[in-house]
Amino acid sequence: MSAFVALDEVSHAYGGSTDTPAVEGLSIAIEEGEFAAVVGPSGCGKSTLMKLATGLQFPFKGSVQVAGEVVSKPVKIAGMAFQAPTLLPWRTTLENLLLPLEIVEPYRSEMRRRRVEYSARAANLLTSVGLGGQGEKYPWELSGGMQQRTSLCRALIHEPKLLMLDEPFGALDAFTREELWCVIRDLQAARKITVCLVTHDLREAVFLADRVFVMSARPGRIVLERKIDIPRPRELDVTFTQGFQDIVHELRSHIVRART
Amino acid sequence: MKRGDIAVRMAPWLYTAALFIVWEGAVRLFNIPVFFLPPPTAIANAIVEYWTPIYRHSFYTLSTTLIGFGLAVGFGLLLGLVVGWSRSIYAGLYPLMIGFNAIPKVAVVPILVLWFGIGFVPAVLTAFLISFFPIVVNVATGLATIEPELEDVLKALGASKLDIMRKVGIPRTLPYFFGSLKVAITLAFVGSVISESIASNYGIGNLMLQAQAQFQVPLIFAGLVALAVEGIVMYWLMAILETRMTGWAQRSGFAQA
Ligand SMILES: Nc1ncnc2c1ncn2[C@@H]1O[C@H](COP(=O)(O)OP(=O)(O)OP(=O)(O)O)[C@@H](O)[C@H]1O
Ligand SMILES: [Mg+2]
Repeated sequence: MSAFVALDEVSHAYGGSTDTPAVEGLSIAIEEGEFAAVVGPSGCGKSTLMKLATGLQFPFKGSVQVAGEVVSKPVKIAGMAFQAPTLLPWRTTLENLLLPLEIVEPYRSEMRRRRVEYSARAANLLTSVGLGGQGEKYPWELSGGMQQRTSLCRALIHEPKLLMLDEPFGALDAFTREELWCVIRDLQAARKITVCLVTHDLREAVFLADRVFVMSARPGRIVLERKIDIPRPRELDVTFTQGFQDIVHELRSHIVRART
Repeated sequence: MKRGDIAVRMAPWLYTAALFIVWEGAVRLFNIPVFFLPPPTAIANAIVEYWTPIYRHSFYTLSTTLIGFGLAVGFGLLLGLVVGWSRSIYAGLYPLMIGFNAIPKVAVVPILVLWFGIGFVPAVLTAFLISFFPIVVNVATGLATIEPELEDVLKALGASKLDIMRKVGIPRTLPYFFGSLKVAITLAFVGSVISESIASNYGIGNLMLQAQAQFQVPLIFAGLVALAVEGIVMYWLMAILETRMTGWAQRSGFAQA
């Protein structure tokens, strides 16, 4: 029985195998229901790891398995959110949430019949991230933080088993970011989904994750795996404790070493 | 309504009036002969005097222009979708289109005459040839500039290329498309008038050519005025269409073509 997301000795180069690989000998195993965070120097292949795990890119060496199956096409059970919210400006917030349902089966074929039901589901999801009643607004009428919440909802609307977040809070101010940490923490606790979060923010990684993976500089691979034993549910206050700070400092020193 | 709003609304009329007044004044002041630069009053007289031919020829030019423009819209939209669809088609066709666009269309008219004779068809085709390019480029640009991250989000859901085009590509291309119509319609007039003045017995271009042969300079200018009016009206219609169809783009500050 392998892990829910399992990359084994994976090497990938964008320009074919003659190019300097983006990642080389990368192995990572994320268990079902786990919250994993990946940190590492810029350009080390974190986004590449996401693309490999979701079937957007395929390695020239090694194997990628998700939910027990070898990834040979886009996985469909994943939801993704990025630093840019990439909402469609011609759709209302609610209609933006319905977009994945217009694409993924079985929702796709039932869209016509069950539109009202799906809209209600989208509205509920918006409420759960503190955007109740904002569904009729257009994305450009929302603040950056609200747009990012919407983007998270869009990643979750089709009830994916796997949530892939690539620096989702990178463009937000510190307070909004911490608010959204709590949003994502609660969503994960309620739905027990597997989360893989790429971030530059070590406090974010330690606060949210069960395990933090540190990657080396390009070509990237995992150089350290750190279990975070801070008991759940975690409150924001925990980030000010000595134990928390120690973990952050420990990870920081690894990244500094990984950069060189 | 605020004072500033009224000023802005009136501005185009005031500036136009000012242009004509300065023009008239300058012609009188410097005693410029009518056959060199006729004053606006002489042009207005010519318009009244030759109203029937001006009206008829304008209408003719308008119809060749609109037919050519219509072809350009249909063909440009289609080719734009094809070009924007795949990177390799884009790479292959782009230099060809740039080269084609660089050819002065006036040089193509003789060939069109050779194939189709003088008159209606070359005028329509010249209007078409000159105006389809901005439409193709804009439609293709709209498709080619989909955010890669959004594409990843959708691909990871198992979306096909067609899904991505339908849900994202085509809607986001519309502002570029409608924006390009304003440019295209003005160019279409250029095309049809060029062709008419070289190879036609009808149209404003031909009217102006005849007026020139007879040294009726005010009538030449009357033809220009008729073209300007048609151009402004069509441009304005396209601008209204743009706002109607893709108001979201203006409200959201989406990239304007
Ligand atoms: N589409 C692509 N084509 C070619 N090379 C790419 C492509 N995407 C990424 N790369 C290269 O692969 C390497 C890893 O990129 P990746 O985007 O995975 O890094 P990252 O860790 O996500 O960086 P950051 O922290 O800055 O987001 C980089 O050196 C980059 O130049
Ligand atoms: Mg990245």
